[in-house]
Amino acid sequence: MDKVQKTSNMTGERIKEYLSNGKRFDGRNLEQFRELIIEPGISKNAEGSARVKLGKTEVLVGVKMNTSEPYPDSPNKGNLMVTTELLPLSSPRFEAGPPKIESIELGRLIDRAIRESKLIELDKLCIKEGEKVWTVFIDIYSINDDGNLLDAAGIGAIAALKNAKIPKYDEKNETVLYEESSGKNIPLSKDIPVSITAHKIGENIIIDSTREEEDISETRVTIGSSNGIVSSMQKGNSKELSIKEMEHILDLVEKVEKEISLKINKSIK
Amino acid sequence: MTKEFKRPDGRKVDELRKMSAKVGVVPNADGSAMFSFGDTIAIAAVYGPKKMHPQHKQNPEKGTLRCNYNMISFSVNDRIRPGMSRRSMEISEISKWALEPVLMIDNYPNMVVDVHINILQANASTRCAGINAACLALAHAGISMKNMVSSVSIGKLDKQLVVDVDKKEEDWEEGEGATDIPITMTSDDKITHLQLDGKITNKQLKDAIELARKACKEIYEVQKKALKESLGEEK
Repeated sequence: MDKVQKTSNMTGERIKEYLSNGKRFDGRNLEQFRELIIEPGISKNAEGSARVKLGKTEVLVGVKMNTSEPYPDSPNKGNLMVTTELLPLSSPRFEAGPPKIESIELGRLIDRAIRESKLIELDKLCIKEGEKVWTVFIDIYSINDDGNLLDAAGIGAIAALKNAKIPKYDEKNETVLYEESSGKNIPLSKDIPVSITAHKIGENIIIDSTREEEDISETRVTIGSSNGIVSSMQKGNSKELSIKEMEHILDLVEKVEKEISLKINKSIK
Repeated sequence: MTKEFKRPDGRKVDELRKMSAKVGVVPNADGSAMFSFGDTIAIAAVYGPKKMHPQHKQNPEKGTLRCNYNMISFSVNDRIRPGMSRRSMEISEISKWALEPVLMIDNYPNMVVDVHINILQANASTRCAGINAACLALAHAGISMKNMVSSVSIGKLDKQLVVDVDKKEEDWEEGEGATDIPITMTSDDKITHLQLDGKITNKQLKDAIELARKACKEIYEVQKKALKESLGEEK
């Protein structure tokens, strides 16, 4: 029962006290990520997949592909669909049933980070203009939630996309042959968007928050950027931020994004 | 039995795929485990016993076991739409029936134990892998149990009985086709779950149960080992 309860006020006060001294419970400073482990290619039936661990937080991301009709406003472009399931298995807080706002927002944030950065060259995923295009499904599953699922999911999505091979398409019968790979990768641009989430707790800004920290956070900003170019952004929760704080977040994220994208590149090659 | 029967992956007729099991794969959960038959990988997590909510669902005589079986979208070639299907709802219930006989659920009046089973990768026999993982997770969570259960699928391909059916065997079309018989047994040979799809004689079904009994013994050893290893780590 107690596990479902949010961080207590006393723990919350203690976290704030630590933060104002530049410290955190797990020994990190305010601008440090937890240990990041990326394992690409963990699923045989997915076109691409990855397991990402950020400390105790763990997510699985799979890329599946199928053919479908293009949207009328983009007859020569492939489709992208990002879905997130916050599995009841991963936390006592998640319940089975129709998706709740947390998982919908998570999927949409990752969707926008990928779409707006033009990471996937969707115009190269057209089979026959106006009739048939590839749809790329990115499905994100939480395995253990210890905070910052969002950044873990974003990293996992990139890793799974980089790991993916397009299945063979049988033009005669108009079917996808999943058993055979075409050997081709999904066409990706060079700049990979990394989404980083900063939280404001008390007067301090931190990144890669744990569950305990997320509970007492009053506001957060998620930024999808690549080499300092911001392509998607969202401020979550009600508390306001000053311009100075927002600028601080932007600078902080730019610095961290470089480190993380280096790590992603390293683990995938 | 015909000696020369060839299984698609070259296994002997009574040979299980390589199994692996690990306990404690979800740190948030009260108990958790992974169990795999070859490329079929299941993970399970247990939350509870906790107070049943809403209150009117509480049973003052005994606790409640709830199972939730779910395949992740990219566990198979044709992407599954996320969410519960009729199939997964049925298997959830089947898994509950398979597990409940060994649980001392009477010890937890007004409480509920939630078991979440997720199939990460599928190559047939997913419900069996799921039940094996769930049983480990329940033991890991320290829920009072009288025994363990182990689950295996027996197949009849044409006229031949085989142990631990994989996807190619499940889709067997030659001769009489495929009959799939998932069976769950306690370690003292009591059947807690049996399903059958296909055609089989009374005599052969009895042979199938005997095959399952032997296979469950092997699975039980793998489960026991995983639980002992987890104790070693914690001490």
